[in-house]
Amino acid sequence: MKWETVIGLETHAQLSTRSKIFSGAATAYGAAPNVQACAVDIALPGVLPVLNREVVTKAIRLGLAVGARINPRSIFARKNYFYPDLPKGYQISQYEIPIVEGGSLTVLVDGQEKTVRLTRAHLEEDAGKSLHEDYHGATGIDLNRAGTPLLEIVTEPDMRSAAEAVAYARALHALVRWIDICDGNMQEGSFRCDANVSVRPAGSDKLGTRTEIKNLNSFRFLERAIEFEVRRQIEVIEDGGTIVQETRLYDSDRDETRTMRTKEDAHDYRYFPDPDLLPLAITPAWVDEVRAGLPELPQAKCARFIAEYGLTAYDAAVLTGSREMAAYFEQAARGAEAQTAKLCANWIAGNLSARLNESNLEIEASKIGPEMLRGLIDRVVDGTISGKIAKDVFDAMWGGEARGRNAAETIIAARGWKQISDSGEIEKIVDQVLAANPQQVADYRSGKEKAFNSLVGQAMKATKGKANPQQVNEILKRKLGG
Amino acid sequence: MLNSTLASLSRELAAKKLSSVEASEYYINRINRLSNKYNCFITLNEELSLAQARAADQLRAAGRAQPLTGVPIAQKDIFCTKGWLTTCGSKILSNFVSPYDAHVVERLNAAGAVNLGKTNMDEFAMGSSNETSYYGPVKNPWDVSTVPGGSSGGSAAAVAARLVPAATGTDTGGSIRQPAALTGISGLKPTYGVVSRYGMIAFASSLDQAGPMARTAEDLALMLNAMAGFDERDSTSLRRDPEDYGRDLARPIAGLRVGLPKEFFADGVSPDVAKALDEAIAQYKKLGCEMVEVALPNMALSVPVYYVLAPAEASSNLARFDGARYGYRAKEYADLLDMYKRTRAEGFGAEVKRRILIGTYVLSHGYYDAYYIRAQKLRRLIAQDFAAAFEKCDIIMGPTTPTTAFKLGEKAADPVQMYLSDIYTIAVNLAGLPGMSIPCGFDGKGLPVGLQIIGDYFREAQMLNVAHQYQLATDWHERMPSGILSEG
Repeated sequence: MKWETVIGLETHAQLSTRSKIFSGAATAYGAAPNVQACAVDIALPGVLPVLNREVVTKAIRLGLAVGARINPRSIFARKNYFYPDLPKGYQISQYEIPIVEGGSLTVLVDGQEKTVRLTRAHLEEDAGKSLHEDYHGATGIDLNRAGTPLLEIVTEPDMRSAAEAVAYARALHALVRWIDICDGNMQEGSFRCDANVSVRPAGSDKLGTRTEIKNLNSFRFLERAIEFEVRRQIEVIEDGGTIVQETRLYDSDRDETRTMRTKEDAHDYRYFPDPDLLPLAITPAWVDEVRAGLPELPQAKCARFIAEYGLTAYDAAVLTGSREMAAYFEQAARGAEAQTAKLCANWIAGNLSARLNESNLEIEASKIGPEMLRGLIDRVVDGTISGKIAKDVFDAMWGGEARGRNAAETIIAARGWKQISDSGEIEKIVDQVLAANPQQVADYRSGKEKAFNSLVGQAMKATKGKANPQQVNEILKRKLGG
Repeated sequence: MLNSTLASLSRELAAKKLSSVEASEYYINRINRLSNKYNCFITLNEELSLAQARAADQLRAAGRAQPLTGVPIAQKDIFCTKGWLTTCGSKILSNFVSPYDAHVVERLNAAGAVNLGKTNMDEFAMGSSNETSYYGPVKNPWDVSTVPGGSSGGSAAAVAARLVPAATGTDTGGSIRQPAALTGISGLKPTYGVVSRYGMIAFASSLDQAGPMARTAEDLALMLNAMAGFDERDSTSLRRDPEDYGRDLARPIAGLRVGLPKEFFADGVSPDVAKALDEAIAQYKKLGCEMVEVALPNMALSVPVYYVLAPAEASSNLARFDGARYGYRAKEYADLLDMYKRTRAEGFGAEVKRRILIGTYVLSHGYYDAYYIRAQKLRRLIAQDFAAAFEKCDIIMGPTTPTTAFKLGEKAADPVQMYLSDIYTIAVNLAGLPGMSIPCGFDGKGLPVGLQIIGDYFREAQMLNVAHQYQLATDWHERMPSGILSEG
């Protein structure tokens, strides 16, 4: 039987505010245990929550960026359960009426556009951390994370493969960073996904029983966990079994998912509106103010790059992967013709990105700034150097041989890399190559096309790559043909 | 000084006829002699109290005194008080020394008041007789075989026994007004949101409101002036301009339309209470008030509605008492779950457990709509009843309680009978309105009767005016229980 996979994602994005969602304690990562937990966070008797306005603003930013409805009135509820890292005995979360409803995100999967609908996004507080190591026979509780603001972003079950789920997660990850609401640091847990996975016979419109895989904190784990879970579910069903609705954990060491808790031992959370917090009222003026402060969004920018610079959809999508990369491109391609813009795109997505990755640098910290790169590309376009030599110039620029807008020119001059375009000079070299390789000449003339390339290579080698390759081609052809 | 009011002490302090240390020592001495008899206090700390008194005297000497500077008061043990044991009447907080001050405590400290101690109360304010306290029941100074009411029974008894001129209380379903009525003192529960709940240990967050307990309306105004005010740490605190709650005390009340809800004067009221109430109404007529009959048709629902909503909120509010971070923890336990179970089984008393169970039940999946949601809808109807009544009158009057003080142990075994002792006060909390009780006579056994005055939202100044005018014309508030002069 052919099976169809159905996936929905719930993503917890930690909102990058300085203080917590309901207290004034700091949210910075990595402090000594419990130094960032105030009276409210440790739930002393008598303390009360007060909502952080910045948290709301960030949630509105997301809502606007995905074209969702911002509810003018949303409610904070209490989700009641006992756990040592949950000091109040309840988590404050939005339940029945969330701040953001609807919206969608369109992503590219294998060159195809895929739209994933969002159900909702709601605000809640994070719990603390239980530390099981380091305390012999006891558990340490670190409440620094307790009360950290989270936006839980929930999709409809719209994804049909692990690849689609990853593409969506990556796009959402890029978006939350783009609109500056989350630092996206997955190792620190600032962005983590739960995947709801089910399978059904292809063509069926009834959803299968789903399982939820918790706390996937890398795109690779997300992909592998879903793939494992899909295989597992299909095997269970094909062996005549049924899928149990349950929460599962992904074990990255063994690359498998396993049961965490089944529906039977699911808590009754006894949600009810938190009487300590008034309904959250958001005025149209507030929404307008947030809208006015939003940057140009990736999709709009992508469309503009295609129209304005003549980029392909693929290049435009790559360059709008982050706000910083898009800004870099725009600075590099300022006032450029289509050919130059295309080269800018290629260089940024290619050599520059590779070099940044190797050096573990963000594009803002690139050793080659956008204007410096443009200086290099301009020399390729005007024929001063070949594309091949340009790579050497790039390396020299990266190595710090020269700085600034004219760095490429300085290096080309200093190293004597200027392209040889004097046809007299090239002709002399070609003549030498032809004289030195009678066998290849004979081969070519007897119909072996390959010998031609070898001769071009010899000519280029003789000029240390500086000859204009097009001219070498033309001259060789003429001479061999004559 | 025995029968001094807060206002008269304030005047004597201002005239420098008396120092704060002298006044404080006088009351500390009375407390030391009598507090065992009534069990009003959970914690006393002479050293801290006298340090505050000395500081107040210095402030006065420096010319920076305010009306409450140097005046001795007591704090209900529900208010977190820095450096003081703060138990909320429970074993589970029997070792909790608060590292911070509640807003109310901060305000009264800033006003220069001297805290003489933390008063006894029903455990987590759950009770109407002060019998649920882990620290033993409080006894009514008018008759030590009767209850003082609750949950602010310690504050009420301390004021009635002249151990302090005034004290703080909290009122979730009548916990200021009912003990005030049963001990013959005056108590005011302000409009919800007027006094910050920050640092006041939560029972039912949407109903809890702190207020003053004293002997006269004038004293209540002085206390409320210090206690009220916006606090950004409480999201339900109301941002309003500060007001002088005593500004209208002297205003004549002729022409005032007093609403008498017929439901308040039905069968449930005992004859003694009804008689005292009739006399109070006659007095108000003499003062020129016009009596208007009004109706609160949904009032009978207020007790059941309250006993869904308050336990629901309490079941969640009390979840933080798990033995993990502070407070009592069971001595022995097998694992985490066992620690929770034993800590809470040993740390909470029976009434608290009963309400946690009720609250957990009404919030459970499948019952939430039938109980919690319906109760919320009825709560709105009850508030609408009051709104309709206030179209026809300026102020509402009725009994505070159906009977005078009952015997210790009399209702302890019958929670429903106990709950019904708050039948006239609960609706006010559900509507968020201000309510107060002032003494208006005695029953045949010499036990005090309370007159309840309910105002429209933010009409505290008007209510205090109405109470003060009555107290100018009567002397019920000046009567003293005979036992408070002797230790026996």
